[in-house]
Amino acid sequence: MFKSIQVRRSQGSQFIPDPRQASPAGFRGRPLIGAAACATGCSACLAACPTRAIALDPVAIDLGRCVLCGDCEPACPSAKLSFTNDVRMAATDRHALSVSAQRPELDPVRVNAALRQRFGRSLKLRSVSAGGCNGCELEVNALSNVNFDIGRYGIDIVASPRHADGLVLTGPITRNMAQALQLCWDGMPDPKLVIAVGACAISGSPFEDSTAIDREFLGRFAPSLYVPGCPPHPLSFVCGVLDLLGIPSA
Amino acid sequence: MDAFEPCLSVPSAELAPLTLQAWARACGEALAAGARMLTLFGRADGGDRVITTAVLQVGAGPLHLLRGLGRRGESFPSLTLAHPAVQMFERELWEQTGLVPSAHPWLKPVRFEGQRQQQMDSYPFFAVRGQQVHEVGVGPIHASVIEPGHFRFMCHGEQVHHLEIQLGYQHRGVEALLLRRPPLALSSLVESIAGDSSIAYAWAYCAAVEALAGVTVSPAADTVRGVALELERVAMHLVGLTGLATDIAFLQGGATYGRLRTAIINATMRVCGSRFGRGWLRPGGVRFGLSPALRQDLLGTLDAFAKHLAEVNGLMLGARSVRTRFEGIGSVSQQAAEDIGLQGLPARASGVALDLRCSLPGRLYTQHPVAMQLEQAGDCWARLKLRMAEIDESLRWLRRVLQAPELELGDAGLVPLGPLAPNQLCVSMREGFRGPVLQSLETGPDGRLLHYKVQDPSLLNWFGLGLALRNNEISDFPLCNKSFDLSYCGNDL
Repeated sequence: MFKSIQVRRSQGSQFIPDPRQASPAGFRGRPLIGAAACATGCSACLAACPTRAIALDPVAIDLGRCVLCGDCEPACPSAKLSFTNDVRMAATDRHALSVSAQRPELDPVRVNAALRQRFGRSLKLRSVSAGGCNGCELEVNALSNVNFDIGRYGIDIVASPRHADGLVLTGPITRNMAQALQLCWDGMPDPKLVIAVGACAISGSPFEDSTAIDREFLGRFAPSLYVPGCPPHPLSFVCGVLDLLGIPSA
Repeated sequence: MDAFEPCLSVPSAELAPLTLQAWARACGEALAAGARMLTLFGRADGGDRVITTAVLQVGAGPLHLLRGLGRRGESFPSLTLAHPAVQMFERELWEQTGLVPSAHPWLKPVRFEGQRQQQMDSYPFFAVRGQQVHEVGVGPIHASVIEPGHFRFMCHGEQVHHLEIQLGYQHRGVEALLLRRPPLALSSLVESIAGDSSIAYAWAYCAAVEALAGVTVSPAADTVRGVALELERVAMHLVGLTGLATDIAFLQGGATYGRLRTAIINATMRVCGSRFGRGWLRPGGVRFGLSPALRQDLLGTLDAFAKHLAEVNGLMLGARSVRTRFEGIGSVSQQAAEDIGLQGLPARASGVALDLRCSLPGRLYTQHPVAMQLEQAGDCWARLKLRMAEIDESLRWLRRVLQAPELELGDAGLVPLGPLAPNQLCVSMREGFRGPVLQSLETGPDGRLLHYKVQDPSLLNWFGLGLALRNNEISDFPLCNKSFDLSYCGNDL
């Protein structure tokens, strides 16, 4: 009993009061592309990028592919590339996941009125890992811990697809998992949405060239929300979903 | 005694291959003489020739390699009957190369790769027959947020006779992908093979390409890598403890271990930008050193962490409800653990004294030794206590290194790597939180990679989970599973 009280005392309050205002120290988040001109013919960042996330003329980074490894930063001779600790990287449109010097920030996630009306006060999510490396899975798990505590916004991870309003997809979708993923989706009642979490789910990223993945599922069902990262910071997920459903955070 | 590095690089030409039959015989003799098989794998050599490699070790001695040469479809007498520890290696060899270990008792697909993809429905399960006998299938998708795998319980009443585990759902074709990019540009991919062990995987990979390029990293870079690995171990053991507490509805434990893990992974993030240590290690050293300010930051975090951890550990260990739920559940005897080649934490929980940081300490762990932690009972309670003991030992190690005034860790830096030596085989290992992570790289005549073999400790340990569940009940499965805490994608690759 006394031990239990002591543990509770030490615990104190651990929750992040307002996820939208949080600024995680040291996090390598949204890339920042400087306005400096590239050296003529230079493509050092392209060579350093392990996932073909960078385009040239003008330099742009596709967050749907970027694994936020930071290998491009020291490779650039013009010191054009750096990373902020901004976690607000979620987007509702695959094409919107690109940043450049001209467009340094992503468009804010727009509230989806239809989804807000349905799920604004209660959203139950079923997670399916289809080739995820357990990085995204651990961060999705962390959403429910005492720090991020998404339960306070009426968002919960549930066990059965029958109870779920949305599918949280992690991993590049392996061929061996494609059928099970489809069965799970079919088992979820309408209306329902897909949230693609992590570079693998969004684009297949490090595994994009593999012959062992099958991404047909996403050709049939477009995600309502993309949450970039490798793995995404839990705050990227929380802020993205709160914005999508127009839920106040504080 | 020499302290060998957990990395060995030899010219392929020095490994004259035996015939497949002679190779199998030599492997059998080495095993009978008391050697342990660390790995066994094959690679197709363009045509239908298959080159096999066995990596063996006696005690804490040097690594010993045995090479064989066979043809696709050729048989050799299975070693599994006499040495069950190699059963999974032989199955993988069969699935990947088509060599046939004849008389193997359960020659079944390991991960349904290559031509077998999308044939998950065809797994040849064992079947139990008789009155009051039933089977329960679970997965691939499970109730919690977890990777997929299928478990089939063969039961008599409430009693589980056997648990058969079918994996492969996570197969991403990692080994093939690793050959498609330049050998020095694989860090990100390697960090995602089993993303909860990014540091262990990245370190084994970096050490391998460094050995192949003939580069030795600075002692400071080695030490910073050691710090990264222990932070990962602490964080991931806390995931295990969170799961164990939650699975028995010991909610205060679950909540507390969860937030304690946040403190550790956020400290990792303050050093390297990622809560999982992505981008920290790179071939040639580390991208982020530990400045005096960061060392103080880490030490402060660890001080507060250690105090709160001791409190919740005391609460958990002192609660009779916890102890009675874990004690005697999911037991694996030391004999069984040795027989099936259990590795890493589950092996040490059964009294098997194996830890790469002690058996192949190399320069780093000779200078800064780790005390191996052991339990004897081999049950869920032992695996729980061992997690706590290993976290405590990691904390002691981290504090000792971070407090040592003579160590300069701020400017660890990266040594540039030239091309890799041609025609060379390198076996590189690191003790991750689950156990030894092994990677074997072989270069061809032009210095490009011919073969990249990856082996997670889970490959062998899944079989141990099946064994642990025998004569327990299905309701004990979550505890057993969490107490082993194995990797699906590490197995499926």
